[in-house]
Amino acid sequence: MPSSDASIEIRELYKIFGPAGAKHVENVRRGMSKADLQRQHGHVLGLNNISISIPAGKIQVVMGLSGSGKSTLIRHINRLIEPTSGSVVIDGRDVLEMGEAELREFRRSRTAMVFQRFALLPHRTVLENVTFGLEVRGASKAKARDVGMRWIERVGLHGFHARYPHELSGGMQQRVGLARALSNDAAILLMDEAYSALDPLIRTDMQTMLLDLQAELKKTIVFITHDLDEALRLGDRITILRDGSIIQQGDSQDIILKPADDYIATFVKDVNRVRFIKVDTVMTPVSPGEQRALPRIKSGTTLELAAKELASSEFDEAIITDESGGSRGLISLRLITASMSSSKAARFGRELGDEPGRNHVGRQYRVV
Amino acid sequence: MDWLFKFPQLDAEFLLSVKRSIDGSLRALTRVYGERIEDFFYPLQQALIFFERLTSGAPWPLVIVALGVVAWFAARRWAVVAAVVGTLVAIGLVGLWQDTMKTISLVLTSTIFSIAIGIPIGIVMNRFKRFGGAMQAVLDIMQTMPPFVYLIPVVMLLGIGRVPGFIAVVIYAVPPIIRLTDLGIRLVDKEVLEAADAYGCSRWQKLAKVQMPLALPTVMAGINQTIMMALGMVVIASMIGVQGLGLNVLQAIANQYFTQGIFNGFAIVGIAVIFDRISQAYGHRLQKHRGETHA
Repeated sequence: MPSSDASIEIRELYKIFGPAGAKHVENVRRGMSKADLQRQHGHVLGLNNISISIPAGKIQVVMGLSGSGKSTLIRHINRLIEPTSGSVVIDGRDVLEMGEAELREFRRSRTAMVFQRFALLPHRTVLENVTFGLEVRGASKAKARDVGMRWIERVGLHGFHARYPHELSGGMQQRVGLARALSNDAAILLMDEAYSALDPLIRTDMQTMLLDLQAELKKTIVFITHDLDEALRLGDRITILRDGSIIQQGDSQDIILKPADDYIATFVKDVNRVRFIKVDTVMTPVSPGEQRALPRIKSGTTLELAAKELASSEFDEAIITDESGGSRGLISLRLITASMSSSKAARFGRELGDEPGRNHVGRQYRVV
Repeated sequence: MDWLFKFPQLDAEFLLSVKRSIDGSLRALTRVYGERIEDFFYPLQQALIFFERLTSGAPWPLVIVALGVVAWFAARRWAVVAAVVGTLVAIGLVGLWQDTMKTISLVLTSTIFSIAIGIPIGIVMNRFKRFGGAMQAVLDIMQTMPPFVYLIPVVMLLGIGRVPGFIAVVIYAVPPIIRLTDLGIRLVDKEVLEAADAYGCSRWQKLAKVQMPLALPTVMAGINQTIMMALGMVVIASMIGVQGLGLNVLQAIANQYFTQGIFNGFAIVGIAVIFDRISQAYGHRLQKHRGETHA
C-alpha cells in the first residue's frame, strides 16, 4: 500500500478536561468562553470546535503557543487522548470509534509518533529503540534489524547503532526518535514539537532532513510547533490555534500576507518575509507581447532566491515559468524590494492605529 | 469531678467477654483446623528444611566459593568478592558457621518468597488505584504493628518452628518490595509511556518492555531493603523457634553472655554486609546505561 493514501479528516472536535466534560459541550457550542467554563464549572476547555482536513502526503503544521491545545490536538489523531465530542476519520474509519484491539492495530500499522523530549527507552541501544515499533508489532528479529539499520543510516547515525541514548546529543537522540518512527513504515507521521528542544542550527538541519525525506516518502505529516519560522518552512498547510480554537488555516502565503487577526499579525511581523513569500504571490501579469530575453525563474521560488538570481544576472526583471516552461508572470527587483519594506509599512500602519486584520499589503500583490 | 479524670470506658465485663470470645474462637479454630493448617504448610516446611540442609550440609569451601562467584557476577569487582570471602572466613573462625548457614537459609528463602509475591502485588497496586489505596493502609499496618502481636495468632495456629518463623519474617520484610515496585512503576517517564502507547503496545508489552525495565533500579532498592528487614527479624523469629544466629543472641540476652552476643551480632552484621554489597552492586550495574557512570 503506498504510504500517501492517508488523509485525515478532523470534524468538530471538542475536548473539555474535567470530571464531567461531556455535560459542558453544549455550553461551549453556544459560545461559553474558556475563562467562563473554568470559573463557573471548573472545567478546562482544551479544544473548541476543531475541523481540519489534512490531505494525504502533505505536511500539515499546527502552530500555537503553549496552552493553545496543539499537543492535545495531535494526541487525538492516534487517540492518546479521548475526545469529548467529534470525529477523526482516517481511511474512512473513525479513530474515535475503534475498539481496543482495533486501535492498537491502527497505532501499530498506520501511525508513528515523534516526541518533544524524544521519549527513547534509556535501557535500550539505538538499534533496539529504532526497532521498537517493529518488535511490538511482532516482526522477526532479522527483518527488524535490517529495517532498523537502514533507517539509522538514513538519518545519519551510521556507526551509532550499539550506543545508548544517554551517550548521544539531543539532536542525535531526536534522529533516533525519527528513525524509530520511520521504521514503522506508517502512512501518518505525528511530530509533537519534535524539534523544539533542539538548538537552532541543529533544528534547521533536522528540518532540511525532514523535507528531503518527505520529498521521497510522501507521508501525511502532522507537525506541531510554536515557532512560526518552522511552520512556514515546513508546512504545506498551516493551522494556527489559540485557546483551543482555530484562528486561521491556510498556506504560508496566506499566513504572512493575510494574518487573520492581531494575534497572528504579531507573530508574522518579525518573520523574514522574502524567505517565505513566493514569486507567484508578488508577480505582475506578463504582457502577451513580451518579447525581451529575460532570465527565467521557476514558479514557487522564494523572493530571497529570486533576488539572488537577479542580482547575479544583468537584468532587473525575470519571467516566472511554470513546470512546462510557459510564462506565468513577471518579477522585478523593485517588486521584491517593495514587498520587503511593506512589512515595515504594515507594522507602521498598525502602530498608527490602522484597523487590524486587514491585508496591509499593497495593491500590486496578487494572492494566489 | 471524678469523671473528668477517669476515661469513660466500656463496661469491664463486656470487654472481658469480647476478649474471651475472640480468643476462645481462635483456640477452637486451632483445635478443629490445626491439623489441616499444618498439612497445608507441610510442603513449605519441607522446602525450608531442604534449603537449610542445603546450606548447612554443604562443604564449607564450596559455600565460600559459590558466594564468591555470585559476588563476582553481581558486582564484577574484586573488592566486593574479597569482602564477601573475608567476612565468611571470619564468621567460620569464631565458630558460628553452622548457625550462620541456618540464618542465611531462612533469609534467602523468605527474601525469594517476598520478591515472588511482592513484585506482582506492587504491579497490581499500580494498575488498580483503589486496590493500591487499600494496600497502602495494609502495608502501613504491617510496618508499624509490633511483630510480637502478629506472632501470637501465628504461633497459636502453627505452633513454634520454621514455618511460623518464616511467615513472621515474610510479613515483616515484604512491604518494601511491594512499595518500591509500585513507586518504581509510577516514576516511569510519562512521555516514554506515551511512546509505548503510540506504537501500539498491549498492556503486557508495556509492562514487560517499558515499565518493569525502567522501574528495575527502584525495585532493586526494594529487594535490598527486604533483605535487610529479613535479617533484622531473625532475632525476634528465634523467639518462636527459629534456629541460627538469632537464637544465640536470645540466649546471650537471657544469660547475660556479652561476648556471645557480640560475636553473633557481628555475624548478623557480616551477612547483612554481604547481601547488601552484592544486591547494591548488581543494582548499580543495571543502571550503567543510564549514564550515572558517565559524568
